[in-house]
Amino acid sequence: MDINSIRSQFPILSREVHKKPLVYLDNGATTQKPQMVIDAISNYYETINSNVHRGVHHLSQLATDAFEKSRITVQEFIGANSIKEVIITKGTTESINLLAYSFGDAFIHEGDEIIVSELEHHANIVPWQLLCQRKKAVLKVIPVNEKGDLEMDVFESLLSEKTKLVSVAHVSNALGTINPIATIIEKAHQAGAKVHIDGAQAVAHTPLNLKELDVDFYSFSAHKMYGPMGIGIFFGKEELLDQMPPWQSGGEMIDKVTFEKTTFNELPYKFEPGTPNVDGMIGLESSIHFLQTLGIENIKKAEDELLAYGTEKLSAIKGLKIIGTADKKASVISFLLDNIHPFDAGTIIDHMGVAVRTGNHCAQPIMDKIGIPGTIRASISIYNTKEDINRLVEAIEKTQEMFA
Amino acid sequence: MTIKERGIEIIEEFAMFDDWMDKYNYLIELGRDLEIIEDSHRDPQHLISGCQSRVWLSADYKDGLIYFKADSDAVITKGIVNLLIRAMSGQSPEEIINDPLDFLAEIGLKEHLSPTRANGLTSMVKQMKLYAFAFKAKHES
Repeated sequence: MDINSIRSQFPILSREVHKKPLVYLDNGATTQKPQMVIDAISNYYETINSNVHRGVHHLSQLATDAFEKSRITVQEFIGANSIKEVIITKGTTESINLLAYSFGDAFIHEGDEIIVSELEHHANIVPWQLLCQRKKAVLKVIPVNEKGDLEMDVFESLLSEKTKLVSVAHVSNALGTINPIATIIEKAHQAGAKVHIDGAQAVAHTPLNLKELDVDFYSFSAHKMYGPMGIGIFFGKEELLDQMPPWQSGGEMIDKVTFEKTTFNELPYKFEPGTPNVDGMIGLESSIHFLQTLGIENIKKAEDELLAYGTEKLSAIKGLKIIGTADKKASVISFLLDNIHPFDAGTIIDHMGVAVRTGNHCAQPIMDKIGIPGTIRASISIYNTKEDINRLVEAIEKTQEMFA
Repeated sequence: MTIKERGIEIIEEFAMFDDWMDKYNYLIELGRDLEIIEDSHRDPQHLISGCQSRVWLSADYKDGLIYFKADSDAVITKGIVNLLIRAMSGQSPEEIINDPLDFLAEIGLKEHLSPTRANGLTSMVKQMKLYAFAFKAKHES
């Protein structure tokens, strides 16, 4: 892959931060956007902006067509059976809340059990805690070993006929662990439970075929895959979505309203209240085209190489400890520097023009488990280079010098 | 000296540094110099919790003036806290409540003023002012 040609598609990468060329290594938080995504969004506003589904006028038809074409692009990209399984949401967090409320309302009863893992993002913990409180259900947690891998034998021992749902991350945002989701799905199904996978950190980095995986629910956000913010996808198997009640109401999700009774629109619209994020969806479609043009397998290969390079370079730094050394990792390097608080390190690294994330990464339980206040996290995307890693190393060395 | 006068002193100190690195080196030094809180006060009651670092803050009232002590797990945060304490410790409740702390914006550490960054310098300031309100109410009644 021609990295220079990829980088040139991202206008923001040529800017400076603190008078130094930007090195952007906070892709786990959000990725930058290529020109084609930016253009798709502005082109939408310049040429066809209109409300969708309702209007009979020409622009509304064009906007509706573009919007629904984007849905088909998503369906094909993730390997869903039909567009009925592709629900448009604000992002992963809203997708999980939708599931917790709607699936929870229909399928979770007192004494039922829901399983999450210790390395989940708060967004895949708190909705389940709240559901358990509402329904007097029980939340069980798969522990993580010192390398950052799920303890799969404990997971199996947690499964029982009480287990109604297992919800785990595809890839850990804090440690980079790639979870064995195929095995998790298989074992959970054997126990009669449904499975939701939080794919926020996975979609831009690893090939995905939901049909092959046989997963029941899958969530992700556009902004972590080179698309715009504020839009994401909730995938659910049609047979399950059909049995689930609407969550939020109003607008397109309604079929017919009288004061006696309201009937609801068919899938996927049943779960899409209000005016949808049309420009977001068009941006998301464009980001999928970006991924497809490069080829997700090629992206994975390039990122894996850079991860290996970064891991090697950082491991060589005295006083640096990598947190999370799972057998299978995506492009995340979380680390700590001896005696230097992550916030202090992050402040200095930032002034060197390098954007990394510091803190607990909204995954406090795993930080508590390891017994640390947080980490410094470098997360890699397709536009990152060895030079970026070298600049990070330089910034780390400067930090160590300042706090020595 | 009023908070404003102490603030001007701090602004002048920071104006001597051209380079951001020198500013941060100075903050690190100030962080290491901070007179820290008693161990017994390093508890949840005195904790100002944030996403990035933690700060413990205590306040004592003596002869009409408030004296602060603090600690943090991050050194740069401690440096900033040291500046706040330098400006506000040994002042009257009224002075603490009313001074707008203009110097903070002028020393070139604007990024630390955002509500979510660090543990929010703003929440530190807020907590100090709350102490001042509390002492004022207690000793005027």
